[in-house]
Parts: sequence; C-alpha cells; structure tokens
Amino acid sequence: MAYSDKVLEHYNNPKNVGTLDKSKNNVGTGLVGAPECGDVMRLQIEVGDDGTIRDAKFKTFGCGSAIASSSLATEWLKGKNIEEAIKIDNMEIVEELNLPPVKIHCSVLAEDAIKAAVNDYRKKNGLPELTFEESIVH
Amino acid sequence: MLQLPIYLDHNATTPCDPRVVEAMLPYFTQAFGNAASRNHPFGWQAEEAVDYAREQVAQLIGADPKEIIFTSGATEADNLAIKGVFEMYATKGNHIITCNIEHKAVLDTCKHLEKEGAEITYLTVKPNGLVDLQELEAAIRPNTILIALMYANNEIGTVMPMQEISRIARKHGVLVFSDATQAIGKIPVDVNKDGIDLMAMTAHKMYGPKGIGALYVRRKNPRVKVTAQMDGGGHERGMRSGTLNVPGIVGFGKACELCRLEMESDAQRLGVLRDKLEAALLGLEEAYVNGDRDHRLPHVSNISFKYVEGEGLLMGFNKEIALSSGSACTSASLEPSYVLKALGLGDDLAHSSLRFGLGRYTTEEQIDYTIAQVSRTVTKLREMSPLWEMYKEGVDMDSVAWQAH
Repeated sequence: MAYSDKVLEHYNNPKNVGTLDKSKNNVGTGLVGAPECGDVMRLQIEVGDDGTIRDAKFKTFGCGSAIASSSLATEWLKGKNIEEAIKIDNMEIVEELNLPPVKIHCSVLAEDAIKAAVNDYRKKNGLPELTFEESIVH
Repeated sequence: MLQLPIYLDHNATTPCDPRVVEAMLPYFTQAFGNAASRNHPFGWQAEEAVDYAREQVAQLIGADPKEIIFTSGATEADNLAIKGVFEMYATKGNHIITCNIEHKAVLDTCKHLEKEGAEITYLTVKPNGLVDLQELEAAIRPNTILIALMYANNEIGTVMPMQEISRIARKHGVLVFSDATQAIGKIPVDVNKDGIDLMAMTAHKMYGPKGIGALYVRRKNPRVKVTAQMDGGGHERGMRSGTLNVPGIVGFGKACELCRLEMESDAQRLGVLRDKLEAALLGLEEAYVNGDRDHRLPHVSNISFKYVEGEGLLMGFNKEIALSSGSACTSASLEPSYVLKALGLGDDLAHSSLRFGLGRYTTEEQIDYTIAQVSRTVTKLREMSPLWEMYKEGVDMDSVAWQAH
C-alpha cells in the first residue's frame, strides 16, 4: 500500500507530539481506541478562558495513517473554539490525507478523540457533556 | 557496499539462486518439449530433465523419486494430501487431527472438508508454538485417518517434534502429513527418519521459482494413495494431471540440490546472524520473542515490541528493509495474526510484532543496518505512544476502561 506524501510527512515530522498536564482544569484529555484493536489515540487540548484552544498535543499507538490523522487533528484544533472543534468531520481528515478506504477508521478514531477531549474539558468545567450521533463507519 | 533495499522477508518468498535460473533457461526456448511426448527427442529430452529433477528433489528428503508428485506449489500439495486422503480412505474413517497454527492452505482445506462430512480436531498449541504430544494422542479415535501437522511454522519458525508425532501416529495406525514448506532445504528433513507419509513442499521458499512444488507420497510401509484432485490425462501416476512445468521442475530440482549441499553451512552462518539481531533488539526494553527459541528454524525471528504498532514500525524503514508484521493493519482482513493469537499473546502484542526471515544472501552488514534502523524506529514510536508513557508511569493497563469505537 503506498502512503500519501502527507501521511508520510506527518509520520516523519509529527506535529505536536507530547503531553499536557491532565490535572489542570483547562486541559481536556480524550483517550480512545484499545490496545487489542491496534489503535489508541490520546488527544489533549489546553483551552483559554474565551474557549479558544491554545495548545493541542497527541500521542498515538497505531499505524502511519492513525499517527497522521491524530497529528493533523492537533494542527487543526489550535486556534479553534471548542464549539468549532466538535464540528471537525472525519471525512475532512480522509480528504486531506488521501486515506484509502481501509484506513478511514483511523480518521473516525481521530474525530472521536477530539470529541472526547472537548467533553472531558466540559465535564471538568461544569458544562454538560455533549452526546453525538453514532458516526457511520465505512 | 550496502545495497538498499534489504530483503529480510525470506519466509514470504526467496529470490531464485542464479544457478537455478541458469539451469532452467534451456527449457524455455531450446529443450521446450512436453515431457509426455513419447515419440520424439523433444519429449524425451524433457522427460529426462524431469526424471533428473525428481531424483534431486527425492534426495533432499530421503525419498524414492517415484514418491514425488509435482504440483503447482505447496498450497496445491496441501489440498491434494488432505482431500486426497479423505476421499481415498473414506471407508476407514473421516476424522482428521491438525492444529490451530497451520497455514491457511491446510486450515481452509480442513474447513472445506467439514462441509463434506469430515470431523476435524484443531489442537491448540502451547504458548511456545508446539503441540502437546499427550493431547495429540488423546485426540486419536478409531475413525482418525490423518494427522496433519506442519514441520516448521511460517510466522514464528518453530519446529514440531515430528519423530515423536509419527511414533504416536504409527502406534495407532494413522497416516502423518506434514506441510514442510518452511523446513525443506533449511534443516535436515528425512521422510523415513521422521516417519512422514505425505509431505508438501514448494520451490519458491528455497531459492527456486514460484509456481512449482511437490507432494511426497509414501509407497512403502505403508503404501499411501491419494485421490487425484486434478483430473485429465493421468500424469504423475494418476495422482495429478496436467502437463508438467518442465522449466519449473528443473529449477526446483536444482534448488533442492543446492540446498542439500549448502544447507548446513547456510544454517550455521544464518544462526549466528539471527542470534546477533535478536540479542540486539531484545536489548530494547519490553521486546519479546514469539515462539520457542530452541526448537526453531535457524534463520527466523518473530519479535513483539510492546507499546508500538507493527505497520507504524514498518513505515519507519520499509523503503530500505523488507519485513512483515503480525499486525492487523498489515493484513488484508484487518485481523491480527491468528498464529500469534494462538500462542496466547494478547492482541496488542500481535499488533506489535515484526517477523525477520534471513536468507542465503543476508550479510552481517545488512543485519547491523537493520538493528540500527529498527531500534531507532522503535524508540521514536515509543516517544509518540500513549501506552509507553502509561507503562513508564506504572499505570496498570488492564484496569483502564478503553473506549473502543
């Protein structure tokens, strides 16, 4: 399977690898996936008082496409408001990275990770957690 | 001078030895006759070449040339052996014993026969990849007609105790079939010393061409017969019809001869290189060898690197080094390796595995380069892995409530 240049770029030079302090109130942590599935993503966001995501970090256990999807997600999250963040759709990741059909589930997991991180932040800050419609997995 | 890419996936296939190709060439354009053409020199020439190759193959495994049936490869030989015995010995019984780490060519054939009334016992291997001999004996019934156990496993390289297996089988009057694809030409295999009645082999795993293999079918003590699966002309003593692939057969014969002569020195040299590679990679924390390390082919190593995923690992160097992985992401079915799962490995370790298969042309320089690249990539991916971070912090990952999608 040939990887797209963009996937390779994220794999070779991943953006925003790291860890934020999850005990802080303005940090939301999303941990999705499972070791048995071969895919685990941890996405973290640091949110400013105005609801803007000031920083985002990720760590991923998974294939090149999973790493690229989560790396891309952190890039897109920075500077967005948490309301906008949850609107990121996995198909946008698929298009940007040219993911083949067999790798679409990696982008779905990245979308899940974003939502989990936002919900974690909301929970910590007394906001109600959002529920999302089950996305269609290809 | 180190030439890239390096090939370390010899369990998948091997390059043809140039001497094999040289032996084959005349049979494409000059001595191109059909070996079954009995009435002219073109046919006689082809037949002579086939006879000679048959002897070369037989010599490698301690058999009589009459016991070699040429096929299109090991998959066909597996089918012929299992289906052929099932049909031929139907009045004697319908029970076959095999194990859960066999190649798909054996497992899928067994599954097919279950639909035709066969009863199949799939023995569970021990965590080291070997069958439990007591379990094997206990599984034998009055209606058991065949024990089908692979000589050496393609993913983890473990070698079954064939002599003990056949002793048990003979005690109960059951035939022994072994898919010896990975073992032939790498370690000494003798159908009489090992007590094997049917054996599958293929050329492309032993520096021969793809598309040619053979089924060994014992003729004495006992005389074994198989019902043909390919009808039409009665070639190969009525057991496998079809015009013989003369160039392929010549190549296969030559490959067998070269292995017979060079096997011992190759095994010794590769064993040293494999051990060097393994020792260096096990030096990375949380790296585990899969399968028994003693009863194993000398040139194979299957290692899991905990907390990093196999396809991601391969991406770090797959343009320079050819390897394979047991990860789900690298399989067409998106299932992790069933062989590794059968060992009792957690799925996460199956996803984290790399299979190294060294070969005749592997050099120490290639091994040193591989050690460096794999180590570098494992380290880099661990820095990016949330599981590695959790491990380092002492988190008990079995207690985490994972949210799988």
